[in-house]
Amino acid sequence: MTDIANAPKAATTKKPGLKERYALMTRGLDWETTYQPMEEVFPYATYEGIKIHDWDKWEDPFRLTMDAYWKYQAEKERKLYAIMDAFAQNNGHLGLTDARYLNSLKLFLTGVSPLEYMAHRGFAHVGRQLPGVGARVACQMQSLDELRHAQTQIHSMSNYNKLYDGFHSWRHMHDRVWYLSVPKSFFDDAITAGPFEYMIAIGFSFEYVLTNLLFVPFISGAAYNGDMGAMAFGFSAQSDESRHMTLGLEAIKFMLEQDPDNLPIVQHWIDKWFWRGYRVLTLVAMMLDYMLPKKVMSWKEAWEIYAEENGGALFQDLARYGIRPPLGWQQACDDKEHLSAQAWSTFYQYQGAAPFHTWMPSAEEMDWQSEKYPDSFDEYYRPRFEHWAEQEAAGNRFYNGTLPMLCQVCQIPMLFTEPGDPTRICYRESEHKGETYHTCSDGCKNIFDYEPEKYVQAWLPVQQIYQGNCFGPDADPTAADFNPLLEVIKWYRMNVGVDNSPYEGSRDQQNFQAWKQQTTSNAPAGGSPAGA
Amino acid sequence: MSTVFIAFQTNETSRGIVEAITDDNPTAVVNEQPAMVKVDVPDSMTIYRSTIEEKLGRRFDLQEMQVHLITLSGHVDESDDEFTLSWKQ
Amino acid sequence: MAVAAVKEYVGVPKDTQDKFHGAQLTFIGWLDHLMFCAPFAVPLPPDMPFGAIIEGVLPGACGHHPDFAKIDWSTVEWTKGGKPFSPDPAKSLTENGMRHKDSITFRTPGLTGIKGSST
Repeated sequence: MTDIANAPKAATTKKPGLKERYALMTRGLDWETTYQPMEEVFPYATYEGIKIHDWDKWEDPFRLTMDAYWKYQAEKERKLYAIMDAFAQNNGHLGLTDARYLNSLKLFLTGVSPLEYMAHRGFAHVGRQLPGVGARVACQMQSLDELRHAQTQIHSMSNYNKLYDGFHSWRHMHDRVWYLSVPKSFFDDAITAGPFEYMIAIGFSFEYVLTNLLFVPFISGAAYNGDMGAMAFGFSAQSDESRHMTLGLEAIKFMLEQDPDNLPIVQHWIDKWFWRGYRVLTLVAMMLDYMLPKKVMSWKEAWEIYAEENGGALFQDLARYGIRPPLGWQQACDDKEHLSAQAWSTFYQYQGAAPFHTWMPSAEEMDWQSEKYPDSFDEYYRPRFEHWAEQEAAGNRFYNGTLPMLCQVCQIPMLFTEPGDPTRICYRESEHKGETYHTCSDGCKNIFDYEPEKYVQAWLPVQQIYQGNCFGPDADPTAADFNPLLEVIKWYRMNVGVDNSPYEGSRDQQNFQAWKQQTTSNAPAGGSPAGA
Repeated sequence: MSTVFIAFQTNETSRGIVEAITDDNPTAVVNEQPAMVKVDVPDSMTIYRSTIEEKLGRRFDLQEMQVHLITLSGHVDESDDEFTLSWKQ
Repeated sequence: MAVAAVKEYVGVPKDTQDKFHGAQLTFIGWLDHLMFCAPFAVPLPPDMPFGAIIEGVLPGACGHHPDFAKIDWSTVEWTKGGKPFSPDPAKSLTENGMRHKDSITFRTPGLTGIKGSST
């Protein structure tokens, strides 16, 4: 360790050190209520079975106090908005590698940004309900962070809404569109759990084990593809996530150290929420491998670095408390060979019902897949994609016109294959009170069987469509020419034939090409851009 | 043996921070990716305020790292002078 | 424990048969043909003959696949709930023992998808 020769000496009126400042700002701020019993002030503190004896043992390792929080968050915001403004001011969208990239952002805006807002609400709720001050302060900061993430993402991506299709009705879609029920139901599940389960669900499993996979390789990929706006909001958000991850880890250590009875409850939540989060990441796998025109790393490589290596180290460390790696961990590691191709196949064939464009990988991109996935791509997915590409070239693009069977828990179409056999769909079935429920995996079945009363209530989009609950008020199911699927798409507020068309020939593709040409030429582009 | 890591946005401040880390943690491996730089160290790494100040030629508050930070892994222990990530506690 | 809750808690399923306007939901998977990413979900009248699945439902759902026209239906192997199933095409779904949200699969011996890749 080195010293600066001429560093000014510390002032003699001693400023409290970081640890002291943290203690001052998080201890002794609470009181025992007298007008109302404590258990009524904190009604959700005990029903989950978690036993806490001493809340003062809670420690934020970053020792961040509210004053420092405002100072550094304000600085992050100033940097972020300067970049976003500069990017928009200079027509930064024309520096993108390819407008195909934007489809990953459409997925992000409809699927992820609303979850940031829900995380804001969740941490505000949990911060109110946890009886310890240190934890409450941490939840308050995280709640503010999450609101910031939602806002900065919306601001950044709203720039694209001025110029490109599919960005317009993200909030409306989030509550309705079939695949968006996957992230939505994930968060609804977390926020309707108790405060301790929520801390494990979001603070630990999602933040610590999984957010790195979205906010690091994908955002690095956004930068690689020329999107400074997404790079700025993504990395700025993830800097908060580092704090959240650290808190998630602290929450889990705290629960495990407080009482040995907490171990089985915590282990179950780790099992459950690892699997719930992993299923949501199916979308991220596809974004990395298929939606980034220039690719930074494959899903498999990202999984190896951020899940196997990092998560592996974490679970090795937690073994001292008796925690083992989550159930489903090995399956998730094995499935890294298949996840992105299976997901992309699904969106390609249900293009008509998705408000973003899809395409078949080019020959060069298929070679990239073969190189990254030597044990699976050529055997299982190349024949499928080459067949589809041929059919598309022959004017016979494949659309799946029949709705898929969904998993009762993760709500993803039953597209996942049996562990160890990528040629067979994995079916699991449970009975509860005389009704049959289907799940896509042992992980989802375990979750269902543990709390069936919760999951029987799932709002499964396919079931809702067939019940007639997904049409607009002006739809007339008795009309002779009634087209139910078209009415559903309209109810989603998709701009039919524009938002949900294949990339090839789309208005996004045509406009981007025309505008790109204008950047290096003084001649007017051939006519005004489509739809502009 | 497990690895701890920390990643920063690529910029002039983080260049100094990364130099400080590699000086003070000889087993550090620097991995540059688009718009970011990730530093891996086996078992644990300690970041010293004084080394960063020397690299940047100015005073530096370790909490200022949060402005440039992207992600990290390991248990965190932070004081005014040192920031440690480790898998052994 | 059916759910962790602060008080008595009963979940109400959102997809019981009474909500499907007289139909029952049936899930149908074609084994070795993952070009169709997931099994199909279709609402069917319980008194519909099973044969109408083959003649009326599957051509629209699966017709795009080059293997579909080659199927010899006399050799097809069915399962229901994962167990072997021998439906009588002339009898109704109910008479064949099919209930709401049953999951059936069919295997087409000799046909294993595009270039044998189970696609």
